[in-house]
Amino acid sequence: MHAINYEAPKSLDEAVKLLAAHGEKARPLSGGTDLLIQLRAGTRRPEFVVDIKQIPELTRISFSLQHGLRLGAAAPCISIHENSDMRKYYPGLTEAAHLIGSLQIQSRATVGGNLCNGSPAADTTPALIALGAQARVIGPKGERTVPVDGFCLAPGRTVLQPGELLVEFHIPAPERHSSDAYLRFIPRNEMDIAVVGVGAALSLDVSDDRVVEARIGLGAVGPTPIFAAEASKSLIGKTLDAAAIENAARLAIAVATPIDDMRGTAEFRRHVVGVLTRRTLAKAAERAREANQR
Amino acid sequence: MANKVIVEININGDPVELLCEPRQSLLEVLRDVLELTGSKEGCLTGDCGACTVVIDGRPVCSCLMLGVEAAGKNVATVEGLASGMSLHVLQQKFLEHASLQCGICTPGVLMSAKALLDRNPNPTEAEIRYALAGNLCRCTGYDKIVRAVTDAAAALAGRTHPAHGTVPSETASGMAGEMLAKGEAK
Repeated sequence: MHAINYEAPKSLDEAVKLLAAHGEKARPLSGGTDLLIQLRAGTRRPEFVVDIKQIPELTRISFSLQHGLRLGAAAPCISIHENSDMRKYYPGLTEAAHLIGSLQIQSRATVGGNLCNGSPAADTTPALIALGAQARVIGPKGERTVPVDGFCLAPGRTVLQPGELLVEFHIPAPERHSSDAYLRFIPRNEMDIAVVGVGAALSLDVSDDRVVEARIGLGAVGPTPIFAAEASKSLIGKTLDAAAIENAARLAIAVATPIDDMRGTAEFRRHVVGVLTRRTLAKAAERAREANQR
Repeated sequence: MANKVIVEININGDPVELLCEPRQSLLEVLRDVLELTGSKEGCLTGDCGACTVVIDGRPVCSCLMLGVEAAGKNVATVEGLASGMSLHVLQQKFLEHASLQCGICTPGVLMSAKALLDRNPNPTEAEIRYALAGNLCRCTGYDKIVRAVTDAAAALAGRTHPAHGTVPSETASGMAGEMLAKGEAK
């Protein structure tokens, strides 16, 4: 690995100043489970590595039924799974975070790092897209909010400009009968990269099982994670029956642009998008009917 | 050219002050700076778990963490498991159940198992297998490792493992234990 300078700012202000001063020569360090491998391989060569884990805003998880969730970009995945509010109100995002690698990886890896690494196969990104998460970004020119579904631009590339830092995610408070789910296909039980990942979030009117709100996010089937807008919209106002689910699955397949690679063919991936869309919708619906969030 | 920095880490209960380069991983700091070579280098990508150490109660791949990031943290390595000449019950059970062959994965497996038992003293087989999913072993087929961890949990709780009746077996533990003790004494 090339020589680096290590900085560990204790406040957001300090981090912003450091990142602004070093611009493209700096790279924020969160859990390091991607960055250290990239440094070793020489695929990223920052002169300054800015460890953001000592900044309180970056690692906190705060939830209220009034304001929803604020999830620090550098909170380790294991702390998400161990948080009872996360498991209760955002089970889909929680299961996505709990699917990433081994316990050793989950002890370090973060949702913010997962997004900023820009992998099309990131597990937590489709789950964030399904929940309508907004990313709070701070940089030399001030603060801005970016929806997660527009955050990734290409494999390994995001909207972040040099000097900008992803601080936290904001996810709206859950509706009374709402929930989410995330499923991925891998050829083994654990410890693999998604061949396809699908996240779905639903809000239901339980009196007649009508869909009030629906969002579907797709992973590993395009150069970036995808918000399946048409599929999501098709469900709103409908009763969540087999025909509505099948139609949404068809529309989700239509926006997938997968490639053939060692993990699966494009044709297979499109098929799996349909299967997982049906299953995540059914699972999110089952949870939403049982939920009584308020 | 190397810009070395001073880092203070608590390692196996002892405060340690050391000098390292920011680019050095915690694994390199342990092995090359402190000469604690129990933690092994396997894949360097976080897949194999041979470098697993326990940091503030959590299993971590020391190859995926900079040494400087460990400043102020409590790091437990395999060297800290035994107290003096008496093996930790996990080490003892690994010998009794012949849970290692080449031994490269063993320090990491032991540390993952230690982190598990500290949090969950009575894990199910599924929980043990889940906790060890990040530790690859090409020799044992895992069954003997799982049996040893199950048995260690039972021993720690003052129970005997139902599948094995009374343990330990004199011969196995005696021989291997002696070899280890000689190695350590050098």
